[in-house]
Amino acid sequence: MASVELKSVSKSYGGNPVIRGVDLAIRDGEFIVFVGPSGCGKSTLLRLIAGLVPVTEGEISIGGEPVTDVPASKRGIAFVFQSYALYPHMTVARNIGFALETLGLGRDAVRNKVAEVAKLLKVDHLLARRPRELSGGQRQRVAIGRALVRKPEVFLFDEPLSNLDSDLRMEMRIEIARLHDDIGTTMIYVTHDQAEAMTLADRIVVLNHGVIEQVGSPQELYHTPKSRFVAGFVGSPRMNFSPVKATGVGADWLLAGPGGLRVESHVTGNRSTPATIGVRPEALSIVAPGSGRLDGVIERIEDLGHEHFAYVRLDADNSWVIRLPARPREDRDTKVGLSFRDEDLFLFEESGARLDHAASHERSAAAVAQPSGGGMAA
Amino acid sequence: MTDAALALPARRRRSSASYRLERRIKKGFLVVAVGLVLIYTLFPYYWAIVSSTKQGAALYRNTFLPAFDFTYYKALYENKIFLGSLVNSAFVASSTTALSLILGISAAYALGRIDFPQRRGVLMTILMISIFPQVVVLSGMFELINWLGLYNRPSALILTYLLATVPFTTWILTTFIREFPRELEEAAIIDGCSHFRILTKILLPLMGPSLASTGILAFILAWNEFLFALTFILTDENRTVPVAIGLMGGSSRYEYPFGQIMAASVTVTLPLIVLVLIFQRRIVAGLTAGAVKG
Ligand SMILES: Nc1ncnc2c1ncn2[C@@H]1O[C@H](COP(=O)(O)OP(=O)(O)OP(=O)(O)O)[C@@H](O)[C@H]1O
Ligand SMILES: [Mg+2]
Repeated sequence: MASVELKSVSKSYGGNPVIRGVDLAIRDGEFIVFVGPSGCGKSTLLRLIAGLVPVTEGEISIGGEPVTDVPASKRGIAFVFQSYALYPHMTVARNIGFALETLGLGRDAVRNKVAEVAKLLKVDHLLARRPRELSGGQRQRVAIGRALVRKPEVFLFDEPLSNLDSDLRMEMRIEIARLHDDIGTTMIYVTHDQAEAMTLADRIVVLNHGVIEQVGSPQELYHTPKSRFVAGFVGSPRMNFSPVKATGVGADWLLAGPGGLRVESHVTGNRSTPATIGVRPEALSIVAPGSGRLDGVIERIEDLGHEHFAYVRLDADNSWVIRLPARPREDRDTKVGLSFRDEDLFLFEESGARLDHAASHERSAAAVAQPSGGGMAA
Repeated sequence: MTDAALALPARRRRSSASYRLERRIKKGFLVVAVGLVLIYTLFPYYWAIVSSTKQGAALYRNTFLPAFDFTYYKALYENKIFLGSLVNSAFVASSTTALSLILGISAAYALGRIDFPQRRGVLMTILMISIFPQVVVLSGMFELINWLGLYNRPSALILTYLLATVPFTTWILTTFIREFPRELEEAAIIDGCSHFRILTKILLPLMGPSLASTGILAFILAWNEFLFALTFILTDENRTVPVAIGLMGGSSRYEYPFGQIMAASVTVTLPLIVLVLIFQRRIVAGLTAGAVKG
């Protein structure tokens, strides 16, 4: 059990910056999830914490002690790789016990610990097998077992479930959550999967080009993203965006956009000009043409059984997706109106920063009222 | 895009029977081709076996069946110099193999895994070294061997063979280590392994096939080498097998001991065949390793 602290950590490969001045304080026992587009440096940041690659600049401490120059095996961390990275020529038992064997523990002690861990992860009947004789889910369990046996203070996971099919993924997700509840060890977890990020995380760290865009509880990120980037990244399907033209009307802005959009909005805080609006697919509903906030033509309807997505084209460049609980009555190629509540409107300025407006405070209040990860939200 | 543009040129399909015939003809050609290659490669060896069992004038008659007369073999196994040369060859070839594998693995680990700026240069140099013809280095080597005081010693041969075997073992093993999954090694690092332990406990056990194939190649090269063995060894009792066979004399100046040479050649080739058969499966696995993923 330990906290992890990064102080302006940077990493470049051959003069090419990959991680740029990351500051992050992770509390003891917290479950942190790194998300971000491919190539933004999630794996690199995890490897830096693990000590698998040296930092170019900055300080890392684990449990309050600086470990910047401490080798990986002495940092008290365990790493679960995307490819599992099990030793192909060793049995499951040896795979799990190899770290202890390396430490010079006696044969019996190793066997006992391996048995204990194997039982916890329900792989005790597989101990004599080789990795290639296991299914994907079993391999993943063994990989977690190998990490667990070292009694690490910090668990690092790099997309551990991405090689599994969706059923198994959900099952393992629940098991990882349970494991975290049971042992309470600090965990840092990289994923591409929205559901994993939203359900597992106490706090999510959104990375973009090697910089932290925002850190916060899943609810904070969903309801009060700091920027257009975070708003687009958290939530699935992603938020609909459209460029708008803002004209000042007294203290308010009149926003005009594609699909005949006209909204009046009172930006609070700093009064910079909104350049983009965003509305989440689940905040939109279909109404008669002309009676909503904007109009468009249904281009395509996807029926997933329990939910439906309608793609509505506003103009040549803009198409919005709407998430509906039931199949809409309107068919393809019909003209429809779209409506949303004021508090579901997001405004972003040219630079991408989100602007508060009169109604958005109601949404922020809703976010705080949400039961977030045990009051971990900072 | 119109459908017409995408359609295949309208050509009438031939009958199924004609395709079957075509397939049979192709198969027939393949069998013939394989047969020719086999005869081309195996006949000399077969001819050596046949000749080695024939006596005197029978040698010059073109019969293709062996005569099962083992006089030459008996004479050969009573020949102290030949038996001595077999021992020398075994010593030289196995030492060369062992040394080049050890050097090759260490070099390959460094070249395949550790990032240092001169890596490309070193790899290219190794490749360059391995393409020099032997004659080019012969006189230089001769000086070196003399200077080290190794002239007329089997160890001189080991030293010179390493010149040829280390580059290619290094190359093959570097390729293998490069393709070795990085995460596996990182897992071992986190498990607390030193470089040495990673090499011995993780890499080597997984490198069996590559080691077997490169080892066999090195062994064959050292076992068959003639030029250096002829140049650096003076006396009969230190010779290796290829030279010993080459220098075999008849009972008189005018007799060429053809049968005996054939018997010796057959004997010398046997260890190689046995080795290759033992490691056959591993070699095939090793030579194709990394060619495709999986
Ligand atoms: N060893 C390396 N040498 C050079 N560049 C590297 C190295 N490792 C990573 N990079 C670069 O660093 C950037 C971040 O890589 P990283 O693997 O951290 O991305 P990621 O966020 O994990 O992406 P993904 O979601 O696809 O796994 C990439 O642009 C990558 O090309
Ligand atoms: Mg990654």
